[in-house]
Amino acid sequence: MKFTLSWLKDHLDTQASVAEIADALTDLGLEVEGIENPAERLKDFVIGKVTHAEKHPDADKLKVCKVDLPGGETQIICGAPNARAGITVVVARPGTYVPGIDTTIGVGRIRGIESHGMMCSEREMELSDEHEGIIELPSGEVGQSYPDWLAAHDPAKVDPVIEIAITPNRGDALGVRGIARDLAARGLGTLRPRPQAAFEATFPCPIGVEIAPEALDVAPHFVGRVIRGVKNGPSPQWLQDRLRAIGLRPISFLVDVTNFFTYDRNRPLHVFDAAKVRGGLRVHLAQGGETIEALDERTYTLQPGMVVISDETGPESLAGIMGGEATGVTGETVDVFVESAFWDPVRVAHTGRALKINSDARYRFERGVDPAFTAEGCDLACAMILDHAGGEVSEIVVAGAAPDMSRAYRLDPARVVSLVGMEIPAETQRATLEALGFVMDGDMARVPSWRSDVQGEADLVEEVARIASLTKLKGRPLPVPAGLPAPVLTPMQLRAGTARRSAAALGYNECVTYSFIDRAGAALFGGGDDATRLENPISSDMSHMRPSLLPGLLRAAARNQARGMTDFALFELGDAFAGGEPGEQGSQLAGILVGRTGPKDVHGESRPVDTFDAKADAEALLAAMGAPAKAQILRGGEGWWHPGRHGRVCLGPKKVLATFGELHPAVLGAMDVKGPVVAWVIDPAAIPLPRSTGATRARLAASDLQPVERDFAFVLDRDVAAADVANAAAGADKALIDEVRVFDQFEGGALGEGRKSLAITVRLQPRGATLTEAEIEAVGRKVVEKVEKATGGTLRG
Amino acid sequence: MDDLKPKWMERIAAAETEAALEEIRVAALGKKGEVSLQMRELGKMTPEQRQEAGPALNALKSELTDAIAARKETLAAAALDARLARETIDVTLPARARRQGSIHPVTQVTEEITAIFAALGFAVAEGPQIESDWYNFDALNIPGHHPARAEMDTFYMARAEGDNRPPAVLRTHTSPVQIRSMEAQGAPIRIICPGRVYRADFDQTHTPMFHQVEGLAIDRDISMANLKWVLEEFFTRFFGTEVKTRFRASHFPFTEPSAEVDIQCEWVDGQVRVGQGDDWLEVLGSGMVHPKVLRAAGIDPDEWQGFAFGIGIDRLAMLKYGIPDLRAFFDSDLRWLRHYGFSSLDMPRLQAG
Repeated sequence: MKFTLSWLKDHLDTQASVAEIADALTDLGLEVEGIENPAERLKDFVIGKVTHAEKHPDADKLKVCKVDLPGGETQIICGAPNARAGITVVVARPGTYVPGIDTTIGVGRIRGIESHGMMCSEREMELSDEHEGIIELPSGEVGQSYPDWLAAHDPAKVDPVIEIAITPNRGDALGVRGIARDLAARGLGTLRPRPQAAFEATFPCPIGVEIAPEALDVAPHFVGRVIRGVKNGPSPQWLQDRLRAIGLRPISFLVDVTNFFTYDRNRPLHVFDAAKVRGGLRVHLAQGGETIEALDERTYTLQPGMVVISDETGPESLAGIMGGEATGVTGETVDVFVESAFWDPVRVAHTGRALKINSDARYRFERGVDPAFTAEGCDLACAMILDHAGGEVSEIVVAGAAPDMSRAYRLDPARVVSLVGMEIPAETQRATLEALGFVMDGDMARVPSWRSDVQGEADLVEEVARIASLTKLKGRPLPVPAGLPAPVLTPMQLRAGTARRSAAALGYNECVTYSFIDRAGAALFGGGDDATRLENPISSDMSHMRPSLLPGLLRAAARNQARGMTDFALFELGDAFAGGEPGEQGSQLAGILVGRTGPKDVHGESRPVDTFDAKADAEALLAAMGAPAKAQILRGGEGWWHPGRHGRVCLGPKKVLATFGELHPAVLGAMDVKGPVVAWVIDPAAIPLPRSTGATRARLAASDLQPVERDFAFVLDRDVAAADVANAAAGADKALIDEVRVFDQFEGGALGEGRKSLAITVRLQPRGATLTEAEIEAVGRKVVEKVEKATGGTLRG
Repeated sequence: MDDLKPKWMERIAAAETEAALEEIRVAALGKKGEVSLQMRELGKMTPEQRQEAGPALNALKSELTDAIAARKETLAAAALDARLARETIDVTLPARARRQGSIHPVTQVTEEITAIFAALGFAVAEGPQIESDWYNFDALNIPGHHPARAEMDTFYMARAEGDNRPPAVLRTHTSPVQIRSMEAQGAPIRIICPGRVYRADFDQTHTPMFHQVEGLAIDRDISMANLKWVLEEFFTRFFGTEVKTRFRASHFPFTEPSAEVDIQCEWVDGQVRVGQGDDWLEVLGSGMVHPKVLRAAGIDPDEWQGFAFGIGIDRLAMLKYGIPDLRAFFDSDLRWLRHYGFSSLDMPRLQAG
């Protein structure tokens, strides 16, 4: 919302400066977004008098002028045809910036003669397009500041323009008078009396209006007058100046009048060329399928329920949104019908959205115009038309009636103080509401018709608080429970924090990637279906909720590879989405290792990352997050893993804590990532919480007796799992065997195709007494027996 | 016998290897060594002679033994020195590679915020990112036709043909978590709700996803003045310097009265410095929770009142750590992650500031 200072002063009698007004507006909740003050831009331009002018000896079109300025007579070379002795001019002295030519004036030499400044045209000061010659002022003293002279003689040219942001509740502040009312309530001046329309209607309105009964609840009130014999044409200068200042293009007087009241009083109006209206006007709901060419010269097809104004030939105007081209006024219009109506905000919003029309009228009706001002608005517009364009006005024609929205709410001054935390005396609170147009009746505040946003007692609190100024609010300590603050994080929140810090400690860089990804990327990881599709994605790269964190990390890997990064580790902790309903999301921790374990190095240790790197990190993270040490490693993960090189860390066949391994090369290819890439995905919620909540640990059982280790090697079928061998060995004597470690494996060779050798170390921990050789032998035999039985392998001789 | 000592001492001192030294030991002190043979002569001597020669020979033997041991040690030390000298390596070679991980600024700042609010008794609440329009809008006093709904640039989930339920939305703020928490817990309540939020906006300063933390405190007599104190405490601790705030009246459907909050700042070389200077930077929306919102969440507004606020986590990270571009937060450029990231052990703690 833009307005000028002089426009504001039409409604507000004030001595406040632009800066004071701007500060107050922002504080009141009408946040100032910009102030354009032409006087500020012109402050260095001064008035001078040309005392002498003669032709430049070396140039036909230039004159050498002597100009009286505060510093004395000054020589200025000028090319303007009207430069001559005796005129009063506007001068940019050396050092002055001239906006129209984007130049700072210096002392120059023009064809050998010094020039100490520039006499300006209006265009050079960006005041108008006038550039026929330099400005000749009718008055003005030597040395007087030009913007001061303008303020006194041509104020529109230095009228500051203020732009404010309007919150959706403040429809009333979309009119300059509403803004003035807020400022007056704040004490920045007094609100001037409402202008009254004074004219005499001389004939009954020749255009009848009616509202179809089914439309009455969304189109309750429609009024109008016809003015005969007007002379349309350009608006008076002051009106053109105002509209231009706020960024509107003057069109013709009749149209400009409607725009003026739209901004002056938040009262959108429409003018029909009465000669083009066939029969009366009828307000009704569209059947659907009708078309209308609107004033923006585009044709719209109506949907059932939209409110339209039709004459005998069909729809002529979209109620509250835009008029029709066919009955619009032109320069030739002689008889005009001035419409003022009240439309339901919700219906206007729906229609506007459906037809994708953004107009000043729609914007205002959506946010609330004053339903009690409909007829008065019409009359004020008619009075202005009569004043400037002549003609005679008809009696008013009315359909429906202004909706009764009267309501009152209790003002509880103590509650206001309690909510805001500021001591605002009850009397001040009442006075504030009255200044805003509320009518106090005991402790009940009757809401003014223009404040459709005020819908309860809480709104009264807001009004009192913002006029009292929240800037003055002083902080007051929030009571904090006595004693040390209690811990607030839940076990799962703590687990998430530990997981992140542990992953970073393992050398992974944490990423935060978008929760939505492209369909193809999502489809590779089991998503990309319609359930997780966005209706209105911002781009096709972000069309589906991610089914897994892996595609986002792989896309990040591809971007980093494109930047020349080869070996790195990324992780993310965040939610993945199984469906598109609330609750169909789950936390996931995922990481990828890309390339080699490190750059090629002098120690010869760099090697491609592999499944066991991923396994090590997954196990370390599971341990950090409190997972039990004993978990099964099963195959059978999803299709995006390398089928033979991944494992699922499970507690039982259905409880999957994590999956680790190599990603499927086809998936990497589709994601444009250069391998090798290994990954792990952990489900933090699947890890059981510890059963005991106490801090006490079990007693450490450490034996003083030295443990004994024995190695065994078995020849096995290639697909026997090492874990099965180790588990079988451990089962040989659960009391004595402390640990079984697989330490060697080789395949083929002398063993034959499909066979492998696996070597294990069994560590025995004696408890009561040192083991004898015979006891050790006995355990060894049992180990061999168990492993051979469980795996079908044989001890390697 | 007197000349024996200098002779052997000289030879011991001249020995250059352990083998040579052993030869000397055998020649002097071995069974048939010169000193041993002389000692064998003792038996043939008169008691008087023996009295004199015995101790002298014993002393000589012990002196030679010591000298040999000392020489041996010297030789061993020299040999070790020589070996170590041969073992010299170029210590300017690079160390073994070790990956350096990092924590994302969003995580770091979220934990910083959590630590401060935990000390004021605020718990951390979480909730769904895909929300029903009731939780995201209606419960927050934003009815279907409200212009605020259109202004929020909401992402909607697709509905199948014929499914006429209102579409689920990607939450535009974490306020739905406030509603769910109040429903579950009632009043009094103090929570912060950090998390991802979504708005269909993508330009220089907007990303379609960002992070927000909202705060909620409901009790018998909490006021806007308490809110101002909480925010000033928070900003002061968060930025590590006293930060003044300025409240300006504003409007949000879910609070009444509502205020935009500015923090004190100064612009130096294009970078903003919080907590100094005379400028104000708008960072936050806040207000007293609207009675309709309390009622929607099952709390009686005649009994309870309190404040709510919301602020961008990414924005706070940018302000505190001088990170220029929001979009880079979600690009996962390793150079950015390493430069703006945090060490795994750099955990925010109040006692550390």
